[in-house]
Amino acid sequence: MSLAEEVALLKSIPLFSKIEPSKLKLLAFTSERLAFDPDQQLFRQGDPGDAAYIVIDGEVSISIDAPNAPTGSIEVAKLGRGAIVGEIAILCDVPRTATVTARGKTVTLRISKDLFFRLIAEFPQIAVEVMRELAHRLENTNLQLREARAAKPH
Amino acid sequence: MGMESTLIRFILRHSLRQQIGVVILTLVSFPFLYYSLDLPKTIINQAIGGKNLPKEVFGFPVDQVSYLMVLSGLFLLLVFVNGGFKYAINVYKGRLGERMLRRFRYELYVRILRFPLGHFRRVSQGELIPMITAEVEPLGGFIGDAIAQPIFQGGTLLTIVVFMFIQDPILGAAAISLYPIQGYIIPRLQRKVNRLGKERVKAVRKLAEQIGESVSGVQEIRANDNARWQLARFTAQLGVIYDIRFEIFKRKFFVKFLNNFINQLTPFFFYAIGGYLVIQGDLSFGALVAVLAAYKDLASPWKELLDYYQQKEDNRIKYEQIVEQFAPEGMLDEAMIAAEAETVAKLEGNLQTSGLTLIEEDGKAILESVSLTLPLDGLKLAVVGPEGQGKDQLAMILARLILPSSGQIQVGGRDLLVLPVSVTGRRLAYVGPNAYVFSSSLRDNLLFGVMHRPVVGVDYGGDDAAKAARRRREAELAGNSVDDPNADWTDRNEVGASDTAGLLQRLCRLLERVDLETDVYHLGLRGTVDPARRPDIAECLLDARRSLRERLATADLAHLVEAFDRGAYNSNASLAENLVFGTPIGHAFDLEKLTEHPYVIQVLDRAGLTDMLIDTGRKVAETMVELFADLPPDNPFFEQFSFISADDLPEFQALLGRVGRETPSAMKPDDRIRLLALPFKLINARHRLSLIDEALQHRIVEARGIFASNLPEDLKRGIEFFDPERYNAAASLQDNVLFGKLAYGQAQASVRVGQVVTEVLDRMGLRTIVLEVGLDFAVGIGGSRLTQAQRQKLAVARALLRRPDLLILNQSISALDGAAQGKLLTQVLEETDGRAVIWVLSRAQWAKKFQRVIVVKGGRVAEQGSYAELDRPGSALAELLKQD
Repeated sequence: MSLAEEVALLKSIPLFSKIEPSKLKLLAFTSERLAFDPDQQLFRQGDPGDAAYIVIDGEVSISIDAPNAPTGSIEVAKLGRGAIVGEIAILCDVPRTATVTARGKTVTLRISKDLFFRLIAEFPQIAVEVMRELAHRLENTNLQLREARAAKPH
Repeated sequence: MGMESTLIRFILRHSLRQQIGVVILTLVSFPFLYYSLDLPKTIINQAIGGKNLPKEVFGFPVDQVSYLMVLSGLFLLLVFVNGGFKYAINVYKGRLGERMLRRFRYELYVRILRFPLGHFRRVSQGELIPMITAEVEPLGGFIGDAIAQPIFQGGTLLTIVVFMFIQDPILGAAAISLYPIQGYIIPRLQRKVNRLGKERVKAVRKLAEQIGESVSGVQEIRANDNARWQLARFTAQLGVIYDIRFEIFKRKFFVKFLNNFINQLTPFFFYAIGGYLVIQGDLSFGALVAVLAAYKDLASPWKELLDYYQQKEDNRIKYEQIVEQFAPEGMLDEAMIAAEAETVAKLEGNLQTSGLTLIEEDGKAILESVSLTLPLDGLKLAVVGPEGQGKDQLAMILARLILPSSGQIQVGGRDLLVLPVSVTGRRLAYVGPNAYVFSSSLRDNLLFGVMHRPVVGVDYGGDDAAKAARRRREAELAGNSVDDPNADWTDRNEVGASDTAGLLQRLCRLLERVDLETDVYHLGLRGTVDPARRPDIAECLLDARRSLRERLATADLAHLVEAFDRGAYNSNASLAENLVFGTPIGHAFDLEKLTEHPYVIQVLDRAGLTDMLIDTGRKVAETMVELFADLPPDNPFFEQFSFISADDLPEFQALLGRVGRETPSAMKPDDRIRLLALPFKLINARHRLSLIDEALQHRIVEARGIFASNLPEDLKRGIEFFDPERYNAAASLQDNVLFGKLAYGQAQASVRVGQVVTEVLDRMGLRTIVLEVGLDFAVGIGGSRLTQAQRQKLAVARALLRRPDLLILNQSISALDGAAQGKLLTQVLEETDGRAVIWVLSRAQWAKKFQRVIVVKGGRVAEQGSYAELDRPGSALAELLKQD
């Protein structure tokens, strides 16, 4: 996949959808494209976080450790093309909160922590988009919490 | 052999015969010199003037012209003879001086090796180095002149004085009348200069010491922003030196002035007294003129003698001051370091100390009457105790690195304190916490402990043999060591290996025992091998190259490596690498500046690639300008990612505007050159700019062929081409096995391929070969290319290698983390099974692994016994365990 195609893909991700193509091209150029073989881990729960990954092709499985489960972990989500994973660890400086594994041949764009913060510092549009995305997620979580509370019998 | 306390004794003792030689040679040259001065008179008076013309010379009849020719020929001959004498005397003197200088330096160095270790706390490298290097240098020049010069000049002076006395005693007396005054005043003035000279030497040493300290502590200086204070201190010291030097300068010139003045004064007596005598008729006018002329000749030897005196004083002080610095109290006896023992008796029986006491210079007692009896047979003793209360010093005394103030140490009834180093340095080993690693290879550092004397000499052939013999003879004449450092010094018996393979095996095993094996293996992978010298290794690695290819394919990992293929473009290599298709050697083909090489341009032109690449360069420039133009110039992206630096970006913007849509051929030459350089850094798989399409790739592969087949002979040494069937001497061992490029964008490619490489090499039994290459790794100054932990492990391995009867370890693996220390401790104790180990521990808990424990506290042995016995409430050991 060439840089131009990567830029088109980034454009389709909500986080980057409002950013000018030339900035996305810089993002694509300065980040590393990384391919994973089936069952290879992108990162493991508890590792220090050094990068976020954008799935360009393929599918990844998100799982969290569960000592009581038969496999030792529980899969909590599957994410595909366009998904961003691993951003929490680099934003909050906490260890990886989940393990991410490639399900088949998977291609990602690896954005190092350093690069991520530089982009935010250099291009306010990206910072705004990141905030918007996070606020959106928070809103979603709040919604889920309210629903859960409402559903909970008194 | 002690060192002579004065320079003159040193000279007489070591060079009396040669000095006499110089004197004789000088005396022999005199008649020729005299005759060459006399001959012109004969030529002018007889041959040219025609007076008293002889009828024949040596029985041959001569006329005036042929007589002139004979005398002129003689004159020419004398010129040659005198020149020859001068040359021979100077060479003789020079050689004499150099040999003596060499001897002096050697003796000083021997003394450093004999210094008591405590002396190194008072004297710094910065002081010692200039003494042996720069300060002694002038001595060499002086020594050649030491005896001959005063005799020669004094003799000349005396002759002239006698001549004057013969002419007229009164005038003779007048000529030397001021010498007593000069002889009285000048040494007095000189004495002050001498004192200043001493001060100057001391001040310069201090300066050297300060420079040495700044070099060692440069990190602290920078980290603490202390440079200004350092500069102030340095300035102050320079000021001291300036003052001293200026004072010397003034005084020296005053002495000169006084001399000149007095010399000018003497003619006053000639005119006054001589003139009076001539008027009175007591002296002939001719005699006065002759005396005046002679007096002129007197000035030169007199000046030379005074200069000699000043020089002699300078050098005398220098010598005495240096020797003084090299004679500290308590130097090791010379016999102790030089003694040669073919077989060294084993240390066995009991190690017994009685009343060991160590008192520091300030009177503080570090150890007080330590008495121990330890059976050496399989001894495993842990020494624990609070920091700074004597455990370190006890270990160093037992290793005989420091001598106790009083008390005895005996091993099997022999007094340890008087055993020569050839016994203690072979049968006993000591490893301290800061064991020094020498600037050489890992192997040399490991073998350091078994290099006591040359074992197998080098078999020099032909010219080299003569050269070696000459070197040896010279060393002998200067009293230096006659051992050949190029010989094989490794004492295999001591290692317990019968041949080179056995030695290597033992080294590898030790590396494993000290947990250094993996590190050395990786150093080996990054190392290089010369296939001409080691064709066996190269052959094995070529096999490994083929095996790796197969193994990667079967493990489904082939996509992680893109092999070099002469017929295909490698998309994980840069364009430059693709064109050259080899490893550059030296700077002939610097991949960063490839387009600056005329041959490369020639190849590109021939392949018809130049314009295509300039066009590609334009696209690269356009992309870079598009991507980076908005960024501030200090953004690190420029350095990390851009092909164009932030400074050059505006220029390229202008360039792009200038060339517009022009075809490359229409561009200005300067613009063409700039654009041409850009695409050479492009790596397709990494940069993903899609600028090198298949057509271009094909053309580059063609150009690769042109590059290789037309390479001129003189450039062939500048590159080693990639050839699947050949070992590449310029590339690392790992790159040779890999023979390709790791694929970009494959997660963990380097780690995964690395694992397969290791697996393949191990399976083929090549691990030892890789380790062998790793052992060649140059560790840097003071082992600076190793980590502190690696240096400590290396030092332990070095001590283990020679299987000492008694191994003393003093907190020697303290740089390792806790778990690693515990593991290594166990391994070392296993390795030394059956031999004695005394280990000073930094943590009391590890004492559990030892049979016996002693607790040293407040300079005394507070407790001793087994761990189980001592580990009870209230004991000193229990207290230490609590603090761990």
